[in-house]
Amino acid sequence: MKDPSERGLRESATFDRASIAAIQHAARTGVYDIRGWGAKRAVPHFDDLLFLGASMSRYPLEGYRERCDTDVVLGNRHATRPLHLDIPVTIAGMSFGALSAQAKEALGRGASEVGTSTTTGDGGMTDEERGESKTLVYQLLPSRYGMNPDHLRAADAIEVVLGQGAKPGGGGMLLGQKISDRVAEMRTLPPGIDQRSACRHPDWTGPDDLAIKIGELREITDWEKPVYVKVGATRTYYDVKLAVAAGADVVVVDGMQGGTAATQEVFIEHVGIPTLAAIPQAVQALQELGVHRKVQLIVSGGIRTGADVAKAMALGADAVAIGTAALVALGDNDPQYAEEYEAIGSAAGYYDDFQDGRDPAGITTQDPELSARLDPVEGGRRVANYLRVLTMEAQTLARACGKAHVLHLEPEDLVALTIEAAAMARVPLAGTNWIPGQGF
Amino acid sequence: MAALSRSEAEERAPSPVTVDLRESGVRALNAELHAPTAAAYEVLNPLGAHSIGAGIAHEIDVHVRGNAGYFCAGMNQRGRVVVDGSAGNGVAENMMSGSVRVRGDASQAAGATGRGGLLVIEGRASMRCGISMKGIDIVVGGDIGAMGAFMAQAGRLVVCGDVGDGLGDSIYEARIYVRGTVGTLGADCVEKEMRDEHRAELAELLAAAGLDHSVDEFRRYGSGRTLYHFTSEHSASY
Repeated sequence: MKDPSERGLRESATFDRASIAAIQHAARTGVYDIRGWGAKRAVPHFDDLLFLGASMSRYPLEGYRERCDTDVVLGNRHATRPLHLDIPVTIAGMSFGALSAQAKEALGRGASEVGTSTTTGDGGMTDEERGESKTLVYQLLPSRYGMNPDHLRAADAIEVVLGQGAKPGGGGMLLGQKISDRVAEMRTLPPGIDQRSACRHPDWTGPDDLAIKIGELREITDWEKPVYVKVGATRTYYDVKLAVAAGADVVVVDGMQGGTAATQEVFIEHVGIPTLAAIPQAVQALQELGVHRKVQLIVSGGIRTGADVAKAMALGADAVAIGTAALVALGDNDPQYAEEYEAIGSAAGYYDDFQDGRDPAGITTQDPELSARLDPVEGGRRVANYLRVLTMEAQTLARACGKAHVLHLEPEDLVALTIEAAAMARVPLAGTNWIPGQGF
Repeated sequence: MAALSRSEAEERAPSPVTVDLRESGVRALNAELHAPTAAAYEVLNPLGAHSIGAGIAHEIDVHVRGNAGYFCAGMNQRGRVVVDGSAGNGVAENMMSGSVRVRGDASQAAGATGRGGLLVIEGRASMRCGISMKGIDIVVGGDIGAMGAFMAQAGRLVVCGDVGDGLGDSIYEARIYVRGTVGTLGADCVEKEMRDEHRAELAELLAAAGLDHSVDEFRRYGSGRTLYHFTSEHSASY
């Protein structure tokens, strides 16, 4: 049969096939779509920025020869034991529950191999993860599943999570098929039920209370651990200012492309702002408070390449965090499982049903047979390889801009390809001096 | 500093060590409590300071002579803390074990997310008492405010007075005993039959709290377990 468009049929731009399918699905099932991954819609992103390599006015560094350092210190504002990472790419928080124990262990192994940190998630700290993670950030989330002061003390940093880019203002959910006995025990919940994670912290409300809460966490850990505050990107300028006022050592800003294990499609695609739009807001807030580079900024949400890393840092981030990309490095959406993805109604390159526990790659599942497919040692090696590539790519771009440290990258090294990206990133449209939205 | 066993500590410090918070701040107090050189402490002039006794991990007695601020005895493990006054927001939040007794009233989120131990509030408790509790036992001598035991997962909440609106909203497997009136029940919270095992555990909790009410004066509440699996048929409850 010929393609409908070739037969002169016209598809509605408003009621396109995806919209029609969504209506039909809602009418048939009475439920909305829940899925993993982050926003899939096209938004202005790092691809819309370009570096201005050195030429006459700037002096480049020799690739593969002259040093371009990548180490970062995180959390030296108040903590007596700040983190010293070898590379500025960290692993974002992902829960045991959402991910298999093997996947968590592999992430820890990979991060440790290249001298960076990994992060727990909404489900507590597992022995596998702590054991294989040289530097582990322990999340304090609204659900407090598995929250344990011994784990606070065993962690290297604490991340108070207010939200994430995929669902700012939303709690979490883990559907019953992923609530194994071990997951249920760690979360103090009956096995097999659909489990909701709260969207608000239970014991504090508002930034003034958060300051006191952070004070308590510091007291419990004797002021040793850096305290991060993580927000989903929305009113980023204000949120970052309030996080700093509350005493954060590090602020983590997660853009709308940031991933999730299970969230409503409507939430993922319609709440939050792009990572590109969030970074300049965060940097402005830090600069106005006089704490840029003193309170470090970690950016996440759609980091895929070393170019993304370098661009985020040029805009003012001190480090980035990866989640979805790390899962892909582990083997998520691998074509070797193409037939199995097809069998569960998806396809390699499209798979996002992290909520349903049938991940052929054994990453976003608690099924013992599927989980066993992921070798934590091999997975760790893949993650380490990927992290090295990201770092080397970022170094390549930094050297081209004449920088001896990736932290020396600056907005002046960037131009934008589109007016939208120029306005959001606050860098000139390529070939012009025009930064839309800057009052002229 | 290595922790002392209780008997060792008692030998070294037979009488409580007194810490006056007007002279040494909360940081110095907590540093001592985290690596105790005594078995018992008396904290003078708390003056509503926050995080008093947060992060105790040893079997020590701490007596706070006055009102405490936020997160008093937060995440307590094994410590026995008494507040001779009222306590601010989040007293004994995420307690793991041990006991905390508040002689006066407690502010919001008392015992929030607690995973073990016993929290006794002799006076009244404000909103969100026992929110997201995960195994702690809480006994309140007086009334509690609205949204008590919100999303409570495990443990027991005993209220000897009246309860505000929204009790036990979205509750999981925690059990609630109320002697007075209940404003309204939250989503999926229902009254349940008081069987002998419930009377027995309630009697134990009241005895542990030092209260002598008759268990027959209480009613039991818990989860209807109708919201354990998501379905749009329950959309009015979400």
